Amino acid sequence: MKAAWGWHVARGLAAFVAGGLFSLGLVLAEMTNPVKVLNFLDVGGAWDPSLMVVLGVAVLTTGVGYRMILRRPGPLLAPHFALPKRTDVDRPLVLGAVCFGVGWGLAGYCPGPGLAALNMDNPEALWFAPALLVGLFSRRWVEQRRKAAGL
Amino acid sequence: MDSSGLFNAALGGFLIGLAACVLMLFNGRIAGITGVVKRVWPPVSGDVMWRVAFVLGLLSAAGVYFAHSGQGGLSRVPVAPALLVVAGLLTGWGTSMGNGCTSGHGVCGLARFSKRSMVATACFLLAGVATTAVVRHGLGWAV
Repeated sequence: MKAAWGWHVARGLAAFVAGGLFSLGLVLAEMTNPVKVLNFLDVGGAWDPSLMVVLGVAVLTTGVGYRMILRRPGPLLAPHFALPKRTDVDRPLVLGAVCFGVGWGLAGYCPGPGLAALNMDNPEALWFAPALLVGLFSRRWVEQRRKAAGL
Repeated sequence: MDSSGLFNAALGGFLIGLAACVLMLFNGRIAGITGVVKRVWPPVSGDVMWRVAFVLGLLSAAGVYFAHSGQGGLSRVPVAPALLVVAGLLTGWGTSMGNGCTSGHGVCGLARFSKRSMVATACFLLAGVATTAVVRHGLGWAV
């Protein structure tokens, strides 16, 4: 069991580094500033296109990196790559994305920045982040109940 | 957008992409905040620690960088708690239902040319644009 623990710790460290890099990116790009995010969404008003650059460069970097990484037989610290297998576009996907978009456009936070803001002296995060987790896990609960009921 | 803003945007995007690559190379996982967080419950043996570690990394680095640079923080008078709670609930419920948010669908999914992620990203961008238009220009709220 000792060996198994070693793998968990190693995966934890890699995830910690990934989480750290991720949030450095968010903060540098100012995605943690909701005014900046709403300015990006405000295409008919004070439009700030810089988040297009953030998204574009992030997708490009990930795309090139994934191409190289996924050629390997597996990841370095786990038995296999855990990639989403679904390809169908269903109602929950669309309804969920729209619901998220409305929340995003109301206050200017998506989940990552909403959580990161908890540690950035932002009083809004004290309301937003707990509500985010309540919404996330209540929907998760519904999903688990449906799964248990075989729906 | 000035050139330093553009540089920070590009560097920020690069770091987000790099983070996604690190998590895939080492752990074989998609770096989607929603998916990482929501599968903490119900807990699956051996599949919890890295998720918690990712969120801790997210919180620590943001805090440390902000404390040193003062950059990226809130730049408005805090809006009404009720608005934040409604926005948080919608965001949490929606990302959970749609299996992803800006990171999982918008970055990792688009990078894999996933059809589901393309549809989801188009939907949340359009809904976000429409909502901001209503809130700022329809209702005239200062957000």
